[in-house]
Amino acid sequence: MKYEATIGLETHVMQKTNTKMFCSCKYEYGAEPNTHVCPTCLGYPGALPVMNEKAIELICKAGLLLGCEINPYSKWDRKNYFYPDMSKNYQITQADEPLCLGGQITVEVEGELKTFTLERIHQEENAAKNTHVAGASLVDYNRAGTALMEIVSNPCMSSAADALAYMTAIKQIMQYGGISNCDQEKGQMRSDVNVSVRPVGQKELGAKVEIKNMNSFAFIQDAIEYEIDRQISVLESGGTVVQETRGYNPDRGETFTQRTKENAHDYRYFPEPDLMPVKVSKEQIEQWRSELPEMPAQRRVRYVEELGLPEYDAGVLTASMDVSDWFEETMKHTQNAKAVSNFIMGEMLRLLSEQGLTISESRVTPEKLARIIELIDAKTINTGGGKQIFETIFNEGGDPKEIMEAKGLAQVSDDSALEGWADEAIANNPKPVEEYKAGNPASINFLMGQVMKASRGKANPGAVMQMLKQKLDG
Amino acid sequence: MPEKHDGMDVGYVAKLACIDLTDEEKTLFQGQLDQVLNYVEQLNELDVSNVEPTAHAIPIYNVLRKDEVGSSLNHADVIANAPSAADGHIRVPKIIDQ
Amino acid sequence: MADLNKCTIAELSEKLASGECTSVDIVNDVLASIDANDGKVGAYLTLDREDALAQAEAADEKRVAGSTLPMLGIPVAIKDLLNVKGQPCTCSSKILEGYIAPYDATVISKLREAGAIMLGRVNMDEFAMGSSTESSALGKTSNPWNFDHVPGGSSGGSAACVSADEAIASLGSDTGGSIRQPAAFCGCVGVKPTYGRVSRYGLTAFASSLDQIGPITKSVKDSAILLETLCGYDPMDSSSIDMDVPAFGKNLTDDASLAGMKLGLPKEFFVEGMDPEVEKSVRDAVEHCKSLGAEIVDVSLPNAKYAIAVYYIIATAEASANLARFDGIRYGMRIDGKDPADLYAKTRSAGFGQEVKRRIILGTYVLSSGYYDAYYKKAQKVRTLVRNDFTEAFKQCDAILAPVTPTPAYKKGEKTDDPLKMYLDDILTTPTNLAGNCALSLPCGFASNGMPIGLQIIGDDFQEETILKVGHAYEQSTEWHKARPSL
Ligand SMILES: [Mg+2]
Ligand SMILES: [Zn+2]
Repeated sequence: MKYEATIGLETHVMQKTNTKMFCSCKYEYGAEPNTHVCPTCLGYPGALPVMNEKAIELICKAGLLLGCEINPYSKWDRKNYFYPDMSKNYQITQADEPLCLGGQITVEVEGELKTFTLERIHQEENAAKNTHVAGASLVDYNRAGTALMEIVSNPCMSSAADALAYMTAIKQIMQYGGISNCDQEKGQMRSDVNVSVRPVGQKELGAKVEIKNMNSFAFIQDAIEYEIDRQISVLESGGTVVQETRGYNPDRGETFTQRTKENAHDYRYFPEPDLMPVKVSKEQIEQWRSELPEMPAQRRVRYVEELGLPEYDAGVLTASMDVSDWFEETMKHTQNAKAVSNFIMGEMLRLLSEQGLTISESRVTPEKLARIIELIDAKTINTGGGKQIFETIFNEGGDPKEIMEAKGLAQVSDDSALEGWADEAIANNPKPVEEYKAGNPASINFLMGQVMKASRGKANPGAVMQMLKQKLDG
Repeated sequence: MPEKHDGMDVGYVAKLACIDLTDEEKTLFQGQLDQVLNYVEQLNELDVSNVEPTAHAIPIYNVLRKDEVGSSLNHADVIANAPSAADGHIRVPKIIDQ
Repeated sequence: MADLNKCTIAELSEKLASGECTSVDIVNDVLASIDANDGKVGAYLTLDREDALAQAEAADEKRVAGSTLPMLGIPVAIKDLLNVKGQPCTCSSKILEGYIAPYDATVISKLREAGAIMLGRVNMDEFAMGSSTESSALGKTSNPWNFDHVPGGSSGGSAACVSADEAIASLGSDTGGSIRQPAAFCGCVGVKPTYGRVSRYGLTAFASSLDQIGPITKSVKDSAILLETLCGYDPMDSSSIDMDVPAFGKNLTDDASLAGMKLGLPKEFFVEGMDPEVEKSVRDAVEHCKSLGAEIVDVSLPNAKYAIAVYYIIATAEASANLARFDGIRYGMRIDGKDPADLYAKTRSAGFGQEVKRRIILGTYVLSSGYYDAYYKKAQKVRTLVRNDFTEAFKQCDAILAPVTPTPAYKKGEKTDDPLKMYLDDILTTPTNLAGNCALSLPCGFASNGMPIGLQIIGDDFQEETILKVGHAYEQSTEWHKARPSL
């Protein structure tokens, strides 16, 4: 029998706000434990929540970017459960009237365009952070109460690849939209994944298994693949899949039972009496819409149409927002888009990945790259020299011109020097000379290489080519 | 509301509320709360199918706060209030994921 | 001894302004009366004498420097569920043992700004759940009029200390009658303001959509003065209403006329089983108001009879969530366990008293899976009907007159074994909490056993001025409020 999987995601994204969702404590990753806490986020007696205006703006803008309808009336609810990371032992969330309804994104999965639909996006508050030590757990409430939105997809995906493409797109849009940094290492983007499997042709969905709280895309992919296989083998061996919550163990590459339906929580949702409903007017929505920043798809079009870059380059440059922003910053200092693109796609991305750095950590700044390109365009150095300067700055820092001088990279276009190297190359390599003369123009490249070698890379390649042609054709 | 309330399982509900009851308490509360729930059944006399619920007596909307950092509590006071603390954290018995 | 403790805020303000006494004199008299009587009354849980005297000295210095703040130098007792920075806040529960409030409730900040002296913390029903202060885990409070009787609740300590002249005034909180009922039982004046009038920030929540803080005082004028200090918009409380606060105190004129006023009399509020002495006193008070020029009109609040059912669903549901934070993790009592769940259960079982457990369980039940619509949602809908009744009634009158309670203060232990019986006593006060509007309680007579009887004056939303005016006119022309228990 053939089986098909149905996958839905609940993606929690921490919004980029200065303060928490319902109190004015600062959100700061990595601060000393329990230093950004107040009566409200610690759940002290008598403390009350007040909504963060910016968080509401950001979730609505996220909704607009994801094609949601902004709910003109939304409200708050309490979700009751006891856990040490929940200081009030209820989470303030939105049950039946979330801020954003519906929505969809279209992404390319393995060369095919697919549209994934959303059920909703609702606002809630984050939990505290627990660390486990011998015999005890330690709680840091700095993260408790920070603004967290939950993007709930419909069960509309059917493979790990779909889920990966969906999450990648969500992350890109959140970053470009200024909604969230989505830094997964800092827990700013986490997903719960619902997976079910059914025989092809069966109408109703199979039993749903929820895999909780994963932040790495790779783990999510592995967990989905593992879970689909597991459920299929359960069905094939005549068993039934149990509806349950499972965790994912990345070391073993397996999911494991966390909570079965029988001991599921009873969250006892009810309207939060301490918070008033939110009404969003049409005017407000239009105002927010007008403030939305350019999305990656729009940037790609602009790079092709206005900067004349190939589609491929535009795709690579916009894949991550910090790279794209870096590119744009460099373009403020130079006109040569293709040269900038070549350096980023070539040297920059290679060196970053080799050294495990992000582009903001690069010693080569947009301005320095622009100056390297300026030297190339002025023919003061050749491209190879430019690459050498780039790599030197990347590794050690420094000024492009000073490095050029220190390394003697300035190009030689001077005829007498070139002539000597050219004559030498022709004299020492009779075979390619013969071939060239016999009508194979590519053979000149070998001679060219010899001249460049002799000049230790400093010869101006254009001038060399001209000189060789002159001598051989003449 | 059930026409005739079906009797609550006091033990189960207490567990949801993270309260352990003694057997005497269970018996006592069962009787008392059944009485209260019987009393509450009088609401069934009313047809409220077309009535909007009231969550807030005096409803207002969009009570918002600027995203500006305010003062937090003194860390030492937070730790002093905690029944158990370690390394600037609040210490709890080991959390075992259910 | 000048018996300054027996004076009202209004009287003391004059004495302080004229230099007839100092704030230190007042505090000394109050402390002396606490020493003499609180052993019997049992109103206070904690009292920092030095701190009170230091505050009084500071107030006197301020006055010398020219300050004329409205509450300058007046000692006020605080119900033990309001957070005062650096002080315990136990809510009369064992579970908050060891907790030191790191912040001031907004009403406390306002009292400080107005120059008042934070006197001490007074007893209450545990987490404000009760009508007799008998559910306090920390002490027993008696009615100053008869020590065998309850002072009412949940603000029993707040009413008893004012009645016994152990404070000039006090703060209470009212979720289902917890200011008005003890005020009536102890012969004091108490106001439950309109929901949203007074910030709840720093008030340990019982039922968030019903709770309001208010004054308990010796006269209507004092309630007006103190209420004015407490009111006002607070950005820390999302339910706080941003509107001007009238000068409640100053606006009270001493002419006792009610000419031109329409006062409503709801037939449903003279309930079956009501004590005939209570009914007679209230009906006499109605006649008295008529003699002051008011027109009495019949009004109807047909859904008020459902108020208890609605109230005990909504209040307990909200409470079940509000009290979930008392778990032994971040503050208060902890009984350790093998894992957090075990710790919670042990701590909460030992830390909460029976009435609190009973209400948490009821509230948890009505919200639990499968029951929400049947209980909570339905109660919210009937709440709408209760509110609509008031809206209709206030089209016909300026204020409503009613009893506060079906009976005067009863004997201790009389209702502790029968929670439903005790709950039913709130039938006349809970409708106002559900509807959100304001109400005042003031003395209007005595039962033959010597216990005080209260008159309730109910106003529309934000019509505190109206009920204070009616109450003041009544008080000006009667003597009930001048009677004092002999201790
Ligand atoms: Mg959630
Ligand atoms: Zn905070």
